[in-house]
Amino acid sequence: MAEKRTIELLEAKIQELRELNKMEEIDMSSEIARLAEKLEGLKIDTYSNLSDWERVKIARHPERPYALDYIDKIFTDFYELHGDRLIGDDRALLVGLAQLQGKPVVLLAQQKGRSTEEKKQRYFGMPRPQGYRKAKRIMALAERFSFPLISLIDTPGAYPGLEAEEFNIGGAIANNLLAMARLPTPTIAVIIGEGGSGGALAVGVADRVLMLENATYSVISPEGASAILWKDKGKTRQAAQALNLTAEHLLKLGVVDEVIPEPLGGAHEDPQKTVASLKEALIRHFAEVCNTPLEELLSARYKRYRSFGCYRTLSDR
Amino acid sequence: MAIFKEKHYLRVKLDKETDESLWMQCKSCGELVFKRRVRENNNICPYCGEYFFLTAKERIESLIDEGSFTDISKPIMAADPLLFQDTKPYPQRIEEAQQKTGLADAIIIGSAAISGIVVVVGVMDFRFIGGSMGSVMGEQICHGMEEAIRNHYPFILVSSSGGARIQEGILSLMQMAKTSVVRARLAEQRLPFISVMTYPTTAGVQASIASLGDVIIAEKGAMIGFAGRRVIKGTIAEELPPNYQTDSFALEHGSIDRVANREYLREELSNVLRFFVRQ
Repeated sequence: MAEKRTIELLEAKIQELRELNKMEEIDMSSEIARLAEKLEGLKIDTYSNLSDWERVKIARHPERPYALDYIDKIFTDFYELHGDRLIGDDRALLVGLAQLQGKPVVLLAQQKGRSTEEKKQRYFGMPRPQGYRKAKRIMALAERFSFPLISLIDTPGAYPGLEAEEFNIGGAIANNLLAMARLPTPTIAVIIGEGGSGGALAVGVADRVLMLENATYSVISPEGASAILWKDKGKTRQAAQALNLTAEHLLKLGVVDEVIPEPLGGAHEDPQKTVASLKEALIRHFAEVCNTPLEELLSARYKRYRSFGCYRTLSDR
Repeated sequence: MAIFKEKHYLRVKLDKETDESLWMQCKSCGELVFKRRVRENNNICPYCGEYFFLTAKERIESLIDEGSFTDISKPIMAADPLLFQDTKPYPQRIEEAQQKTGLADAIIIGSAAISGIVVVVGVMDFRFIGGSMGSVMGEQICHGMEEAIRNHYPFILVSSSGGARIQEGILSLMQMAKTSVVRARLAEQRLPFISVMTYPTTAGVQASIASLGDVIIAEKGAMIGFAGRRVIKGTIAEELPPNYQTDSFALEHGSIDRVANREYLREELSNVLRFFVRQ
């Protein structure tokens, strides 16, 4: 985007003028205000018409807030728990206890890394069977103590690799779907970045599904769809469009319940503001699900998932 | 999601009028065989033992008591909720698949008897867009499980699928959750669910309903797994063993209960059903 460069230049210019304004006798504030207004207009023009592919890039932006950035600001006393008790620990899918509004909750969080070292450690946010089984173990804990469960989703997908297959990653995902289908405690999932297919859904079956404005959620990555359906790696833009993977589309399809707005340009432009918006929405839904009788919650969850799909009866033909 | 293309089974057209010749050549051993003989032999080459693809109807015939099948599929077909178009519009793909297979979508649901035990059975057909699971297949599987609950029958699902149907996007992904919530009800009712994995049972189908059987039986020669060979090579360039995602790989690593040859699958099912159903 050429506009993006202009925005950056303008931002730099305004910053420069602000510095000048502080030091010199001359009053530059009217000039600053004029430029700031121009900048705001340009930002709105540029970012309010993002293509789906541009949103994919924002969802994957290296400076985008990751799960721990939200956890630290929204929850108190995050107490991480480790290991699936079978094979090992998975740094791409964190679990633990935390407090929200003074209530203990169980947290599941897919976490990407920032530095190259951390990225490697966290398998680029792609959980392995160890991670999903750790999540399932903690679901059982949530059930035992009636802790509500909150899940933060941000993964390109489950990790594809020989070891993951040997440990039956597909079976691990399937069993989490089953466990979440009937988990007798309130559950909320929030898609904060990438919702990569089964790897996201495996911690995403919930009473409420919230999604950040520029997050994505899809059955397959645009790259994958491009390669399989177009047999051409270059059709990612079209694939992104065709897949209907943005929050706006998913709200219409009933897959998510609420879209949480992001600052212009994406969450990374103003992480603090994003955290505040997410916190507000999360607390509101949290209060609602916690105040709903469990039976009602479970029956609504069943109905919600039982009804997904779109088909026509043959007599319509 | 990947539609797998490795030639493990050889595809032959067996039930088409267009297919006039009485003989076929086995692509594995090269022998010329009388087609009827292949068909009567469960679509296995009588010379070399190569398994050919079974259509859903052929699979049903090979598993159940003769004449016991009633199609109880819901009368539904795919819509095009996303107005999806890749190199072709999705409705065109559906129509072509319907013409090729004579099926409404990639699964048939029926009631049938196996050694006298009445069951609800769902059988996928790989010829229909790679046996992919979209809204129709998800609904049919749920409908099958609900019929099993209503009549107190066991449920059997024979998978042959590359995974979720990309053309229905997120709604296909949601079928994984949808079939799982209904599967939970089946378990609450204490009704057995036997999952049969054939070539291929992969990606979204393997990572949901197919892996949730009380007992999981793979057909010899099945391909079972989540991420295909190409995906792994493409993303992490890892060397893979020759038996990667085969039935023996899945058995060795504990992902399935048993492996059965095609000609014994029916016996295998009746043997396991007898533990759950008192006659």
